Amino acid sequence: MIPEIGHFALILALLLALVQAGFGLLGPRSGQPRYVEAIPFAVAGQFVFTALAMGCLVTSFVQYDFSVKYVAENSNSALPLFYRISALWGAHEGSLLLWIFVLSVWTVAVTIKSRSLPQSFMARVLGILGLLSVGFLLFTLATSNPFLRLDPAVPDGRDLNPVLQDFALAIHPPMLYTGYVGLSVAFAFACAAMIEGKLDQTWARWTRPWTTLAWSFLTAGIALGSWWAYYELGWGGFWFWDPVENASFMPWLVSTALIHSLAVTDKRGLFKSWTLLLAICGFSLSLLGTFLVRSGVLVSVHSFAADPTRGIFILAFLVLVIGGALALYAWRAPLLKSQAGFEITSRESFLLFNNILLVIAAAVIFGGTMAPMVSDALGQGALSVGPQYFNPSFLLPVLPLLALLSVGMHAGWKRGNLARVRRPVLGTLALAVALSVAVCFGAYDFDAVLMPVGVALGIWIALSALVDPIDRLRRGLSLPAGILGMSVAHIGLALLTIGITVVQSATKELDTAVAIGSSAKLGAYQFRFDSTKAMEGPNYSALQAQVTVLHGGKVAAVLAPQKRSYWVQQSPMTEAAISARWDRDLFAAMGEDLGNKTWSLRLQVRPLIQFVWFGALIMMIGGIISGLDRRYRVPKEARDVELVAGAAAAGPAA
Amino acid sequence: MTMTPRRRRLYWVLGILAGVALAGTLALQAFRSNVTFFFDPTQVSAGAVKSGQRFRLGGMVEKGSLVRQAGQLEVRFAVTDFKSTVKVRYTGVLPDLFREGAGVVAHGRLNTDGEFIADEVLAKHDEKYMPPEVARSLKKGEPRSGN
Repeated sequence: MIPEIGHFALILALLLALVQAGFGLLGPRSGQPRYVEAIPFAVAGQFVFTALAMGCLVTSFVQYDFSVKYVAENSNSALPLFYRISALWGAHEGSLLLWIFVLSVWTVAVTIKSRSLPQSFMARVLGILGLLSVGFLLFTLATSNPFLRLDPAVPDGRDLNPVLQDFALAIHPPMLYTGYVGLSVAFAFACAAMIEGKLDQTWARWTRPWTTLAWSFLTAGIALGSWWAYYELGWGGFWFWDPVENASFMPWLVSTALIHSLAVTDKRGLFKSWTLLLAICGFSLSLLGTFLVRSGVLVSVHSFAADPTRGIFILAFLVLVIGGALALYAWRAPLLKSQAGFEITSRESFLLFNNILLVIAAAVIFGGTMAPMVSDALGQGALSVGPQYFNPSFLLPVLPLLALLSVGMHAGWKRGNLARVRRPVLGTLALAVALSVAVCFGAYDFDAVLMPVGVALGIWIALSALVDPIDRLRRGLSLPAGILGMSVAHIGLALLTIGITVVQSATKELDTAVAIGSSAKLGAYQFRFDSTKAMEGPNYSALQAQVTVLHGGKVAAVLAPQKRSYWVQQSPMTEAAISARWDRDLFAAMGEDLGNKTWSLRLQVRPLIQFVWFGALIMMIGGIISGLDRRYRVPKEARDVELVAGAAAAGPAA
Repeated sequence: MTMTPRRRRLYWVLGILAGVALAGTLALQAFRSNVTFFFDPTQVSAGAVKSGQRFRLGGMVEKGSLVRQAGQLEVRFAVTDFKSTVKVRYTGVLPDLFREGAGVVAHGRLNTDGEFIADEVLAKHDEKYMPPEVARSLKKGEPRSGN
């Protein structure tokens, strides 16, 4: 019964999404306010029904309803409760349901928070969001219904894929999707502005917090995925340029550009059509990401399904949405000319560079990700593109980006006088270089030229990001949340830069055969393989090794990596052991039993890898601080001011 | 020398274009020299691979071909598409789902004896999963009976 309710709820949600799209796009034209006024009810109803559908699927999982195909394929009676719930988005159908639910949550948030925006504009925004919802609901109901029954029911389920039974991966998809789908708000605002043919600075002010918040979630989602890949997959790295990683990274790069270009549109009324284009591209790339991941055209850990009808449906949807938006852009964007000019050393031009470089970086990744598909489609042979391409090509635009960032932060709007900011720029640079040289020579025996460069750039950014807030505090000025958030996010980027640089150039790794009782040396550390013992988990049995890591004769860590065998799926799985400290991670994973009481072990020492995760976390916090700045709540404040003024006027009279 | 706004804008655009073109060229260069192609054992046996070229070899791990001296990290196995086989040598930790009779993709180069020296071996996380290239090249290689 419960799955049928869920299915029915999805159909009702589709009908309401159609109402929302129809009334939203046609309502403002009809001149009849009742259509527009009905939209929030459609939005609320759609939210209720998608939430109900989610609830039904969760209930089926929690209650072990193996008559539901999706549950039977992704759960098992021995699966712990937490993973039975997260199994909801462990595969294709449930992920789509999650996507729809997240879109519905964003739509509700936009409806509530933007009540005071012009009615026709809001109607169009909600209409566009409704259209997207229609597309995804249709897709789910037609090709990927998670509520299908299995006849006859199976006695027990096939279990959730063991690599997905993990905490970070349980929360990675919701975070990532919140980010992905959040970009649809900026997209809808852009389309609505183009339909209205009107785009001013207030438009940018409305769009900014949504974009920044979506970006924050995207940052967190990508970082969680990367963290998971690092400790769970046991490949011993945090970024592999896997097509699916790239699929989430491209919208991140473009939305980063969008945040900065929106700042220019907001402050100076410039870059209007460019901002629109970025808003369209950002969301298009997150749709493309869905296509890449879900259609099975790419070889990846993530590709769940290889069902051609699904691929064709998503492709058609993609063409419709992106093509439609770009056509609208071609038709309307020329109306939105910017008037003002700016000087070469002004903040505008630095932000222009930021945008160009970020877009180049995204394009480079796009090329490398799509090349295998294109080559395959053209019959040119199956090729693959690896880190040997991505690393240098990505650094090419990113190094100047990081270098220009520190200078650009000091430049003023419209007329930047570089002579006036020479002191902070050169001062921070000199300090950064000195610190970097000290760190690189003092702490690490570096052999890569890029190491001191990357560390210096990171430190320079962090110092530069501190200059403005400190200056403001010293002069007794207020520190608006927008500026504070920006500084925090840039400091996060600085930590990320330092972390990635040091991890990439000073990591030591070794695959080696070690007999029980003997040890292997890696850098300054000694990994001693003590013993192995059998043990059991809730739904797996495992062989656990004990590896003691010695540093200078003292015990630095005792690691317990496991080789697990999950009962249901019978697949072996390596559970790496990591000892994390702020300045380094010690990593050990078990390979195979080589005979003669000898095992192959994968051992690694990764300095400063915590900086990567914390850098991303701080960037996310910066984004949230900035997105919640009161300045963006202009209409409400304006209303409050009116009220206060009214009360003040009424006061003396009384 | 005066810089009219128009002229300045022209320099700007030219500068940006030059930068983009440079970046594009370098990226293309990196792309050309770092792309790895996929070959199946039949193509390798036919000599389709240039010597010294790094490529991906895909197929099934031939049953009974896995050889390792006790206590040694180095392992030898053969990759087959049921028409030809290629011998592979690898020193390192094999992935969890590596097993005889299952699909595999290895990155590496041929040595002078026609043996494939792998520096990376991949087996995907789903045991039913087969890399599309392997599936396709196996389909071409039918009939597969007799093995």
